[in-house]
Amino acid sequence: MEILVCVKRVPDTSENEIEINSDGNDIERDDLVYSVNEWDNYAVEEAIQIVDKVGGSVTVVTVGDDESEEVLRREMAMGADNGLLLTDDAFEGSDGKGIATILKGAVEKGNYDLIFTGAQADEGAAQVGGMLAAMLDYPYASLVSLIEPGDGKLKVGREIEGGNQEMNEIELPCVLSIQTGINEPRYVGIRGIRKVASVEIPELGAGDLGVDAGAIGADAAKVKRVDYFVPDLGEGAEMLEGSTEEIIEKLIEYLKAKGGLK
Amino acid sequence: MADVYAYIKHADGVAEDSALELIVAAKKIAPDAPVTAVVTGTGADLDKVCNEMAATYNAVWKIDNAALAYPNAEVIRKALVNILPGDSVVLLPHDTFGMDLGPGLSIKMDSTFVADIVDIEGVDGGTLKVVRQEFSGMASAHVTCDISSGAVLNVRPGVNQPDESKTGGGAVEDKSGDAGDLSTKRTFLEVVEAEAGDVDITKSEVLVSVGRGIEDEDNVEMVFDLAKAMGADVSCSRPIVDAKWLEKSRQVGTSGQTVKPKVYLALGISGSFQHLGGIKGNAFIVAVNKNLKAPIFQVADVGVEADILEFIPELTEAIEGL
Amino acid sequence: MEPVLISPASFKLFGFIPTVLFSVLIPIAGVGLFTYIIARRLAPIVKANPDFRFDRPRERVINVLKIWLGQYRHPRYMMAGVLHIIIFFGFLILSVRSSELVVQGISGGFTMPGLGGVIGDIYYFFKDYAATAVFFAVVIAAVRRGIFRPARYHYPESYGHDHTNEAIFVLALIGTLMISESLYEACLVAAEIQAGHEATFLAPLTLAWLFKIIFSNASSTTLQTLHIVSFYVHDLTFFFFLCFLPMGKHFHVITSLFNVYFMRLERGNVRPVRYGVTDEELDDLESFGVKKFSDFTWKDILDFYTCADCGRCSDQCPANTVKRPLSPRFISIKARDYTFSHFPLSGEFIAQEPLIGDIYTEDEIWSCTTCGACEQECPIGIEYINKIVDLRRGMVDEGNVPQTLQKPLSSLEKRGNPYGKMEKKRADWTKELEDCEVKILDKKTSAETLYFVDSVSSFDERMQEVARATSQILCSAGVDFGILGKAEKDSGNEVKRFGEEMLFQDLKNQNTDAILNSGVKKIVTADPHAYNALKNEYSGLPPVEHISQTITKSVKSGRLRLTGVTEEEQDKVFTYHDPCYLGRHNDIYEDPRDAIDAIEGIRRVDMLKSRDRSFCCGGGGLMLFYEPEEEERMGVVRVKMAQEAGANVIVTACPFCLVNMEDAIKVAGLEGKMEAIDLGELIAAHIEK
Repeated sequence: MEILVCVKRVPDTSENEIEINSDGNDIERDDLVYSVNEWDNYAVEEAIQIVDKVGGSVTVVTVGDDESEEVLRREMAMGADNGLLLTDDAFEGSDGKGIATILKGAVEKGNYDLIFTGAQADEGAAQVGGMLAAMLDYPYASLVSLIEPGDGKLKVGREIEGGNQEMNEIELPCVLSIQTGINEPRYVGIRGIRKVASVEIPELGAGDLGVDAGAIGADAAKVKRVDYFVPDLGEGAEMLEGSTEEIIEKLIEYLKAKGGLK
Repeated sequence: MADVYAYIKHADGVAEDSALELIVAAKKIAPDAPVTAVVTGTGADLDKVCNEMAATYNAVWKIDNAALAYPNAEVIRKALVNILPGDSVVLLPHDTFGMDLGPGLSIKMDSTFVADIVDIEGVDGGTLKVVRQEFSGMASAHVTCDISSGAVLNVRPGVNQPDESKTGGGAVEDKSGDAGDLSTKRTFLEVVEAEAGDVDITKSEVLVSVGRGIEDEDNVEMVFDLAKAMGADVSCSRPIVDAKWLEKSRQVGTSGQTVKPKVYLALGISGSFQHLGGIKGNAFIVAVNKNLKAPIFQVADVGVEADILEFIPELTEAIEGL
Repeated sequence: MEPVLISPASFKLFGFIPTVLFSVLIPIAGVGLFTYIIARRLAPIVKANPDFRFDRPRERVINVLKIWLGQYRHPRYMMAGVLHIIIFFGFLILSVRSSELVVQGISGGFTMPGLGGVIGDIYYFFKDYAATAVFFAVVIAAVRRGIFRPARYHYPESYGHDHTNEAIFVLALIGTLMISESLYEACLVAAEIQAGHEATFLAPLTLAWLFKIIFSNASSTTLQTLHIVSFYVHDLTFFFFLCFLPMGKHFHVITSLFNVYFMRLERGNVRPVRYGVTDEELDDLESFGVKKFSDFTWKDILDFYTCADCGRCSDQCPANTVKRPLSPRFISIKARDYTFSHFPLSGEFIAQEPLIGDIYTEDEIWSCTTCGACEQECPIGIEYINKIVDLRRGMVDEGNVPQTLQKPLSSLEKRGNPYGKMEKKRADWTKELEDCEVKILDKKTSAETLYFVDSVSSFDERMQEVARATSQILCSAGVDFGILGKAEKDSGNEVKRFGEEMLFQDLKNQNTDAILNSGVKKIVTADPHAYNALKNEYSGLPPVEHISQTITKSVKSGRLRLTGVTEEEQDKVFTYHDPCYLGRHNDIYEDPRDAIDAIEGIRRVDMLKSRDRSFCCGGGGLMLFYEPEEEERMGVVRVKMAQEAGANVIVTACPFCLVNMEDAIKVAGLEGKMEAIDLGELIAAHIEK
């Protein structure tokens, strides 16, 4: 099974306090630390486990600049066989559709049976996987929390409301977006990354991929972020102030009034 | 302005809450334009939902096909692409179904896609301005999108108050014949129900819910102590289940249970929308969190800035002393 | 003078078979077989990884004299210890006699060179008492082991079969040796008396003396028969026992001398990833840590052979006490059984599978807090921390790290602290400090002393109090000090102990650069984990001191003046909890106690388990992010010990101990009855203004 996993380098929300810069056009990028998008990490682990079971190879791909190479190396240290960096000035400012278009170019350069994305990334849109599948005319399933490889097809479980799992049979090749919790990703330390430090990671630009420059980049983006802002804090929330005793006293009054105490 | 369509999710002949929320979102985009509900499914249940929607929407398109009995996004996408005009503005709920359907549908309709819209500010010419959240809800952003050649808009459930006015007065139109070939490469097999736990939090009136802020499995016990003192049940957010500190059946959120308590005490829960998506009804939400920037404070009625590990025992003691 | 009984060297069985044949054949067979067994047992040791243990012979000999010959650690378990000492010295004394007997079987009347004269008389006098004492010790030991069955020897089913039968069998062998030796001699003496010869003197109340009386009226034929029979029983038992030793836990009789000689001389450190490979060359190694048995060093295997399964390590192990899936004794025993089965006495050696999942489990290896109680207790110098860390290194290298530990490790890599806090906030705790300036050292600002704060005291809100108290003490004692601020990274003490060596190297290098750049002459810290790392795992740094040492010195010199107990404290009883990384790993037991006692009028008691038997609070650093299955928290057990000691205030000298104690007090429901306080906080509250 040849598996392509699309990954993204994102600011790690658990290790950063996200603040908006004074112009409101970006978050404060100084002092930020980045890592691979958490969902993508599960996707790569799942790909490796499948290949361990049925054979094949795992390729990780990302759209980004030179700095994005670090997440490719991290995932290769995990056990992905190949890395692929899609980088071009023309890619900058692409919206979700633009990114999917670029990735489609990469998919068509290879011969993949299975394509993974994380269920979502830092923007919380959960869109690239579904777009990519539609562009490729591959079947798609999102929020996948279980995969059982079969012959020419997979049995996949999607995580749906109520903690239930929706089981589907899906034909290969297909695109799946992977939900956290599907596995327990392995640890990658500095040593693992150093081991793959010198592995060549091919870089492909718009020309290499045969992507129409008019379909990608800021100019082609139909969805644009105008600004960042801090929503009014606690629109409805009345913050209880005072000493702990006073807070607790007020809180208990509220709880009583709302039927929170029996 | 292109036609606006809302996809109606339903099960067992009952439309989901999102059905009455999307009409509100649609009116924010096009206050005067007619809004059509698109309902797919089969049989009597489908008819029931269609009739119900006719009261709210200006028109109802019914697509009846055995292949649509279960809402398989891949099948529905095919039907919608065949039936909807190319420049339609389609509204979907941004839930596990909307995430499955929306992105691909936008590609097939060659239109614009915007995910997880929390607010709609309006349309200026062909440009829609909406509010989204990024970085796990830690930053909000204004986003514009060109909807002049159609759009698929996924709207976060729960952000719009349902329109119960029933002033649509639409008629049901059967579009089943236009659905076309619905064969897909993804086949629905079955839904595997989550294992039932020892408590059914969906029926609880008071929930003490615990999140990542509890830090340690051993501390979970203090939450049970508080719940006992309050006469409440214990629920939790996803990280607690991922860590296997509590069973899946206690998880509130889009990937867990949907709860409708009177009072919801969120302890050390940051309040991702996936979590908040599991709280329905008119719950009185109390949030205790040491991070003032936690999104939970935006939706809570009452907030306390405190470390729950210190706050819980004191609150428990105070309640026990009543 | 003709001997009154025919010696085994001259006796003829049935009148025509010279028994000297047996006297020759038994030792040849015995020694031959023994040599073969030992050669097979040595095979894995010869193949194993290197371990540098040939340095500092003087200290090693001292260890042998103290720990092996002196049986120094044995009386820590009084009953078993005394029994062992008796058997041990009995064996030493009787080994000469037994060797003499073997030769007597070939050459009757042989005496060991040097035992002819007065020395011999003294020796023969005492060896009878030795044999008798050993005999009784063996009987008591057998009764204790077989009937009273101390809990320490219990074998949980998951760990394999019980060793009671083996223990009793060996005790029986020893008893047989004692009886046969005594009987052999008693028959001869009885015969001498009957013949009216000048009889060899037998020490009164010994076994031989008793047998002499019992058989004083026996016929000469009986005596002759018993003489010969007991000789060969002794001879056979002796060589059987020799060959039986390497089959099980009694291998320690042979290996313990070597094991003690080669035992670790330093504490507080972890061995290198590979001996002979420098930190800079680590990148070139194919694999890290112990994954398969062949990754162990020869000393590890010697440890396995040497384990006598006495259970003292596990009895002291806090993880075992709270029923985590770890019992150090079985780390050794399971590996020993593995060695025996994979390096059999005959046939091919068996291919090895990874140890984790075979004889060890992940949880077992992650359960260890590296407190060192097991190593402190082992009477024969068996090590555990190095092996545990090496097994963890192996798991880390395979990416096999519990999910809850991955986040803090990744934060340590990116932010230099396990909490994922921003570097620039590392010195924020100083903002709330009054009347005391904490310099942040950089190119422009310098100080004589560096206060190394470490992560928990920098970022944990509660532990920031400890950092502030420490600063106040330093200020009041007139120390010119500063901190590194955002240039400080986690000391990495637990990073190393959790097997993430490369991350530790990274943290170490960053800290070393920052410290050397600051130009300080001294380092002080209030965190024993940082103290241990800086002192034992870093190199080239200025001298490191724990704040308790600073306090004691400053009080003695008068630079720090403390007030007496407050009215509120008069009713309180304090107890000091020895942090593992201050006490056991670094031998600082008295300074913190002296510091507490410097508060006039303070009442302080010691817990039953204190000093080098201190009971771990649950572990520091990364241990806070990992909790295996356990029945009770270590901290709760510890808090109850403080309660038993009659204390109501636990003074710790480690932020992690404080975290665990404060939690444990809540869990144990002792709020209001028990409190925990850091030594620094206690002292800071008593600084005379």
